[in-house]
Amino acid sequence: MSPSAESAEATGAAEAAAGRGRAELSEGARQERRLGLLLCAPAVVVMVAVTAYPIAYAVYLSLQRYDLRFPGQAHWVGLSNYGAVLSSPFWWQALWVTVLITVVSVAVELVLGMALALVMHRAVFGRGTVRTAVLIPYGIVTVVAAYSWQYAWTPGTGYLAALLPAGSAPLTDQWQAIGLIILAEVWKTTPFMALLLLAGLALVPGETVRAAMVDGANFWQRLRLVILPLMKPAILVALLFRTLDAFRIFDNIYVLTGGSNDTGSVSILGYDNLFTALNLGIGSAISVLIFLCVAVIAFCFIKIFGASAPGGEPERR
Amino acid sequence: MPDRSPRSRWPAVAAVLAVLAPVLGGCGSSGGGAGTVTLNWYNFPDDSGALQQAAERCSQASQGRYVIRYNKLPRTSDGQRQQLVRRLAAHDAGVDIMGLDVTWPAEFAEAGWIREWTGERKQQATADTLDAAVRTATWKDRLYAVPYNSNTQLLWYRDDLVPTPPKSWPEMLAQAEALAKAGKPHYVEIQGAQYEGLTVWFNTLVTSAGGSILTPDAQAPSLGPPAVVAAGIMHDTAVSAAADPSLPNQMEDQNRLAMESGTAAFELNYPFVYPSMKANQPDLFPHFKWAPYPGVTADRPATVTIGGIDLAVGTYTRQPDLAFEATLCLRDRENQLANALEGGLPPSLRSLYQAAELTESYPFAADVLAALDTASVRPQTPAYQNVSIAISHSLSPPASIRPESTIADLRGQIQDALGSKGLIP
Repeated sequence: MSPSAESAEATGAAEAAAGRGRAELSEGARQERRLGLLLCAPAVVVMVAVTAYPIAYAVYLSLQRYDLRFPGQAHWVGLSNYGAVLSSPFWWQALWVTVLITVVSVAVELVLGMALALVMHRAVFGRGTVRTAVLIPYGIVTVVAAYSWQYAWTPGTGYLAALLPAGSAPLTDQWQAIGLIILAEVWKTTPFMALLLLAGLALVPGETVRAAMVDGANFWQRLRLVILPLMKPAILVALLFRTLDAFRIFDNIYVLTGGSNDTGSVSILGYDNLFTALNLGIGSAISVLIFLCVAVIAFCFIKIFGASAPGGEPERR
Repeated sequence: MPDRSPRSRWPAVAAVLAVLAPVLGGCGSSGGGAGTVTLNWYNFPDDSGALQQAAERCSQASQGRYVIRYNKLPRTSDGQRQQLVRRLAAHDAGVDIMGLDVTWPAEFAEAGWIREWTGERKQQATADTLDAAVRTATWKDRLYAVPYNSNTQLLWYRDDLVPTPPKSWPEMLAQAEALAKAGKPHYVEIQGAQYEGLTVWFNTLVTSAGGSILTPDAQAPSLGPPAVVAAGIMHDTAVSAAADPSLPNQMEDQNRLAMESGTAAFELNYPFVYPSMKANQPDLFPHFKWAPYPGVTADRPATVTIGGIDLAVGTYTRQPDLAFEATLCLRDRENQLANALEGGLPPSLRSLYQAAELTESYPFAADVLAALDTASVRPQTPAYQNVSIAISHSLSPPASIRPESTIADLRGQIQDALGSKGLIP
């Protein structure tokens, strides 16, 4: 926003300097702009207060040794908290688990979501019922759903655990637990993916598909050569949203395993260091690193894959 | 929207008020004006009603000088600590009295969040109180809290399966294996999940083997051969037939449920399992017996880790004198007895263990007292939480312990944890 505003400002000033004839017009435009700025000022102030300030404060904290329990020892340590985090095996373990969960869950969600979107798109009768039914998992509070999964997989209390061979406790094993976390995540957010894809599917012109049909393309050819290319912007936005969400996974893991047996994500690691160890410096450094990871993911999607940011104008690029 | 009528703004105004109401309501909860003072008591959530009764009884006894409001903290110990820390870090003047787990006073005292007990109050707070309980409330030779309830583990066993209770861990594992061979219930129920309970198990075994986790000045890890012995026993338990398959995920309550379901022969747990067994499994109850916690070797009794709650007065309270007075009332003889009988928590006052009312519903009172008299205290350091996490993380799952190398690793992690350096897992 700011570069375009600056350039507009510059042209306005140049115009004002150039010709008197247009000065009156630019005076009006300037007033309009001032009014515009005034109108959005409250929103800017609120955003700065609730977003920019906490982020800046987190960055500031991450450069300090600051442990709530030893307030007297707080001092500036530069980047050493980042050194401590990046040289810790716990960070890399958590990052690896997070990336694994993100990649696998988003990939599965994309396939299942696409299938659901096609079903919802082509449903002839009961369209509303189908859409509502699909949305139910997404409407359930994540923590509540996670507790249901947790009980279901715990031997003695759960019906799913009862289906397994006696003596197995899947949530106590790293790989099985990660698999169950991914399952809970997929179950929960596939509807969201499906809805985003359904919106993209609705944009595919019916006549194009029919034309392909007339040309003798079968279902897979139509999907691969016509529908998917036309849906690419919607797919990329859906992938971007879900990847960013999945990377910050917290509640499912918190409830299902609490991060034990090396199943913790980077968010769990940050939470534990902030709220259990009360180490604001290290915890903030972890938070800032998570923020950077998320920024890198968003950057890659937008610059490399060409996903258009929500609200962005594709023709500009 | 030029035609927007004033009426349409009301939902927005109502929404803003709804958001602000709890914020505004949260202010000035303590010490409101003249007359009766409200003292906020934050403590673990008690379902028996004993804590609420104590708050009411003490409020009445104050003859209108103060009213104690009992605020329930979250169920998990981590959740309780987080809520207290958040309030105290924000200098909340509404935290007058708080119930701290016995492992927190050092941390809260070092951070300057709780007040020291001195003079006559200190005498009242320590009179007739169990030594080990007072030690948990002491930091750098000063008293920062007063013991409320105490707690410790006993060995619970089925006398239809085990005629004579084992004196040591090796003996218990051998008995469990014999039962397994005979096709009888044989599990040893112990807390093996990656959490505080695992640290408690380790601390009990290390001190029972004659060692300690930290040096006496709490500046460095001690560990050594006793810790290797302790880690060895944990490993042996986890890989033997005695281990419950859910061991790496078990906490106290899962242990209780397993014992009640009849799959186990032994259980190391707190006394709350006794009334529960009585209520849930009347058939098993006649065979549900107790004995002292097994030692590392048969000739040396165990030193079991002490648990419980210490009451502390917050630094930021506006009514410290009344808060100290109310705290002493909350943990007086009458209230502790009620908490023991209704809440099932062992008292911290020594003389209560001889009280007829208590021994009637606590037939094991003498054994609990004996265990508390020789109890061990978990490492006392402001960085306890980090130390405990380092321990439970290193020793989890117990089957993967390699005694020598695990303890060597743990030594480095505890060293870091004491300096609150690096990350916690």
